[in-house]
Amino acid sequence: MAVRSISESQSKSKAVKLTFVYLSLIVGMVIVILPFLWMVSTSLKTPAAVFKIPTVWIPNPIVWENYPNAMTVLPFVRYIMNTAQITLLAVIGATFSGSLAAFAFARLRWRGRNFMFVLVLATLMLPFQVIMIPQFILFRSLQWLDTYLPLVVPAFFGGSAFNIFLLRQYFMTISRELDDAAIIDGCTRFGVYWRIILPLSKAALMTVVIFIVQNRWQSFLVPLIYLFDQKKYTLALGLRLFQDQYTTDWELMMAAATVSMLPVLLVFYFGQRYFIQGVVFTGVKG
Amino acid sequence: MAAIQENVASATARKQKRQWYQLNGEERLAWVLVLPWIIGFLAFQLGPMLASLALSLTEWRMFTPAEFIGLANYAEMISGDPLVLQAFKVTTIYSVTSVPLRIALGVLVALLLNASIRGLAFIRTVYYLPATVSGVAVAMVWLLILNGDFGMLNRALGLIGIEGPYWLTDTRTVLASFVLMSLWSVGAGIIIYLAGLQGVPNELYEAADVDGAGDWVKFWRITLPMISPVLFFQFVIGMIDALQEFAGPFIMTQGGPGNASLFVMLYLFRQGFEFFQMGYASALAWVLFVYIMVLTLLIIRSSAVWVYYEGEVKGS
Repeated sequence: MAVRSISESQSKSKAVKLTFVYLSLIVGMVIVILPFLWMVSTSLKTPAAVFKIPTVWIPNPIVWENYPNAMTVLPFVRYIMNTAQITLLAVIGATFSGSLAAFAFARLRWRGRNFMFVLVLATLMLPFQVIMIPQFILFRSLQWLDTYLPLVVPAFFGGSAFNIFLLRQYFMTISRELDDAAIIDGCTRFGVYWRIILPLSKAALMTVVIFIVQNRWQSFLVPLIYLFDQKKYTLALGLRLFQDQYTTDWELMMAAATVSMLPVLLVFYFGQRYFIQGVVFTGVKG
Repeated sequence: MAAIQENVASATARKQKRQWYQLNGEERLAWVLVLPWIIGFLAFQLGPMLASLALSLTEWRMFTPAEFIGLANYAEMISGDPLVLQAFKVTTIYSVTSVPLRIALGVLVALLLNASIRGLAFIRTVYYLPATVSGVAVAMVWLLILNGDFGMLNRALGLIGIEGPYWLTDTRTVLASFVLMSLWSVGAGIIIYLAGLQGVPNELYEAADVDGAGDWVKFWRITLPMISPVLFFQFVIGMIDALQEFAGPFIMTQGGPGNASLFVMLYLFRQGFEFFQMGYASALAWVLFVYIMVLTLLIIRSSAVWVYYEGEVKGS
């Protein structure tokens, strides 16, 4: 009898605890989501409704025209195409050159490997601001200003050390016996990379691709330094221009912000499995 | 086992025969594969870094020839330009507030998520969403949220009878606004801490249960020490990131009001790309770099006291 009442009170306190956990998590989720809802809600309002107190959450009337209006006051379609082009090139360059280097670090035996790998990791600590100005001067003397080259070319030379690190860690987890078997069957070492390691690393490659897309799509400082011609602007620069010129048109600004966030949110939503793996992989093991 | 020994033996034998510049096929391939990165490193990172150090000793306005002025840029920063001190003050206050708060909040949510709840994947995704977006669009949304007259924050405060300040145009609240904004995107941290929590062996908690330890004791004596390496790593990365904050203040306040949100990166950008003081801006970049390095080293030094590594032997 006594035993039963103890376990009963225990399970009761557990239930109380669990209720508390769920409640806190739900409150937190609401707070996290509110800015997004506020953005979308504002993007569908009339100018008067934006300022209205008490707050209007579901606009009446719903002004869908804000979206086409926001997209046409500035050439946003062009900005989106520009950004997509830069992002695509950066993805190709960084995944290809990064995975090649990662393969050498994970799979090949060579003198100097450890030293070089430490060097790669050390560049992670290198803050962008120190190289920003000399890079600008370098690209200026190459006459690359106001082109996409400064944004794209570095990606083809290894890209971020972070990607190399992530891919190398992943490649290490693939059994070496596969390599040996393939080589016995007459596969070259490069063939091992191309036919075995890459196909088996789709998850890690996806993670890297998502990271790069996210990063490039929203990058602001680098395009700000290198692009001057408004026709060449990226989405981030276009948004900035928009915000400068239409400071009080909140409904249009929020429509533009919604459109610009949508691709990133979609990429995250569909790739979240890989993404979360990647975050854990690099964040815990350090 | 035997195969490994054989390998090692043959490797050492090979090593004795070959000179350092003689590469076998595998080594040659390795260098070829790493070559793009090496070129990129030399051309886009190491080279510019050294150039930046040289530049910081010059006065150069882009359109006139550079002039060597020794350490004058650095002297100017210390004695002639109060904005430098202001920028470092602002950036430091922001970083030392934002980063620990982000970690505390992240761990808190991770602990809640770790309480074997249902719908974990969904809830985790929701918390992660803000971390996926960044830059200009986010700054625009927060401009609207923090607006003094009709922003979402002041509307919410109004509901409980508080009249909120003009967040971004008040010197007293502008930095707090940026800290608040940074807390919105703790999602990446949450996922990392959650993974850390899930890695704590259950036996430890079971042993503590046998000893009759409560939740609070378990948290301080088991959970926190066990995840301290993860916290440490996130602290270092977080500080390096926070000290380089740029897009938010650039778009939302332009450093104002009265330079109350003049972050170092913002001032650096202004010197370099608005005033074209390339020499001075380079010097500023180096001071920030050294500052980040010193802070990082301090954190690493202090970690001996508060970070617990499993398998490490202390004392003796």
